[in-house]
Order: sequence, then C-alpha cells, then structure tokens
Amino acid sequence: MHTQIQELEKSSMRTDVPDFRPGDTLKVHVRVVEGNRSRVQVFQGFVLRRQGGGIRETFTVRKVSYGVGVERTFPVHSPVIEKIEVVTRGDVRRAKLYYMRELRGKAARIREKREALPAAK
Amino acid sequence: MAAITGRKTAGVLGEKLGMTQVFDEDNRMVPVTVVKAGPCVVTRVRTPEADGYSAVQIGYGQVDPRKVNKPLGDYLRKHGITPRRFFVELRTDDASEYTIGQEISADIFEAGSYVDVTGKSKGKGTAGVMKRHGFRGLGASHGTQRKHRSPGSIGGCATPGRVFKGLRMAGRMGNVRKTVQSLKVHSVDLEKGLILIKGAVPGANGSLLLIRTAVKKGAK
Repeated sequence: MHTQIQELEKSSMRTDVPDFRPGDTLKVHVRVVEGNRSRVQVFQGFVLRRQGGGIRETFTVRKVSYGVGVERTFPVHSPVIEKIEVVTRGDVRRAKLYYMRELRGKAARIREKREALPAAK
Repeated sequence: MAAITGRKTAGVLGEKLGMTQVFDEDNRMVPVTVVKAGPCVVTRVRTPEADGYSAVQIGYGQVDPRKVNKPLGDYLRKHGITPRRFFVELRTDDASEYTIGQEISADIFEAGSYVDVTGKSKGKGTAGVMKRHGFRGLGASHGTQRKHRSPGSIGGCATPGRVFKGLRMAGRMGNVRKTVQSLKVHSVDLEKGLILIKGAVPGANGSLLLIRTAVKKGAK
C-alpha cells in the first residue's frame, strides 16, 4: 500500500482501542442517533472474530439475546463506538470462534484466562 | 461535435495511489480512491482567433530534459517551463482566463463536487465472452458438454450466410482508455495535493489519471 494512503489511514485511526482478542467479552458502547438526539447503547458479548487490517479492521461481537443469537460487526476504528470495555479475557485456541454458533447453554461458555499464568501460546 | 457554449471544464492530471476507506460526517464508511493530483502547469492556451477553438493544454510529470525533442523542448524553454511527461488539452470556454506557466493543483476541486475520471484500464489479456461482455454462458447441466462458458450461437445459417459485423466475441480485454463519470469528491487535501474520490476509477495503482469537472452533474 502506498505510504501516503497509510498516513491518511493513520490520521483517522483511533488510539483508544484496548487490546482484545477473539474469546474476550466486551462491552461496546455504541452511539445511536434517533431523530435528532443521540444516546449510548451497550452491546455486550464475546468477540467472535477480528478480521482485516489498518482502518479496514473489523470485529464481530456475538451475544444470545432472549434465546436468539445476535452478531454485530463493528469497524475497530469506527467513530460510532464511544468506547470499548474489556470485561473478561477468554481462553480460546482459535482465531475465529465460529464453532460457538452451534453450541447452546453450558457448552457455549468460554473459559476465562487465568491471569497468573502467562499466555502459553 | 457542436461547440458547447459556456461550458467550463477544469481538469488536472494525477496519479492513482490506491483505494482505502474513510468515515464521513455521519460516521458511515466510504470507499475512496486516493489520487495524487498535480502539480500541473498550463503549457498552451488555444483561442478561437488563433486555433479555431478554445482550450487549455496542461502538462504533468517529470521527464529527463535530454529526452525531450527539440520542438517541444524549445517551446517550453521559451516560456520558462520545465519539461513534462504528459500533456492533455481540455476544451473549455474560459481558456482565456488561463495564462501559460500557471500552476494547476488539487485546489480546483472541492469536497462535494462531481468529477469525471479518465484512465487506462488494467489489461486482462484474451478474455472469453462471459468476462468480457457479461454473457451468461450455457447451462451448468442439462447435457451441456465442455461449452459452459461459450457464447452459443453467433448467427443464422444460409441467411444471412455470414456473421454480422460488431458481434461481441472473445478477445483482448482491458488496457483501453476508460472514463468513469459523475464521481463525487469526498475531500481534498491541499497540502499533500491529494483528492479523495468516492468509488473506483480505471487503471492500476500508479497509473495516470485525468480528473475533470463532471459533464453530466453540472457545476455543483
């Protein structure tokens, strides 16, 4: 990619994005505009995947709402996101957690990463 | 072509740097092509009195002065212009407002205006009719044998006894001059000379582009 494009992308990239990985549980604070007023909505779920690079990078958050699976994909650097809170760190062995879509109930849990142990990967 | 009266065409030559995405004021993602526009220089002004038509010739790019031929090199030297690699003439009725040696850069366009972008499309080599003309090919099944991407019939038999001229067939695709009309200018970076144009433009990254005010969208 041309360096001038990289510079351009860098200028609109966010610096306040926390470090998170697939399997982590996030609270994504989303700005919602209704008519002429805007409010902040929280979307909480685990990160199903991260894909893309630079300004194009996106992540998908999945949650189960009233028994229905809901997935929402956000651009990491989107100005729509007010902030991202990392609730828990998940211990997963894959970069894309598509297998979680098939799982229900107790099986659909993600082990929490033990902070004492350094990442053994 | 009939002379269009009162048409003002501004244009600039530039280089396609590539595509990226940016966020607009409504926080939506916009795909944009980044173009390094100019700096161009006015090398000649055509007037109806002297040339029979009204136009402005602009030059862009660097070239080794030794490689410029005498007629062109001497003409440019007379006007104190360094040699340029590319030249283009823009038919415009306000040509008299330009002066030779004047610089043209990205500032002739502003965010929200519409432009036509001309470039040389990427060559695709020999391509079949599905890729080249968007034919649908033959069926995937129902007994089609080794003919899935073929054009089918190309005409009648004894009447007319020939294939009509201009029938679309397989052949060389791409590597021709193409214009994409009415693209919106997303933003202009005057310091860096960059123009961000919404959507895709013809050609490979690093290729030459001509950006003009849109013919069909008027002076918006």
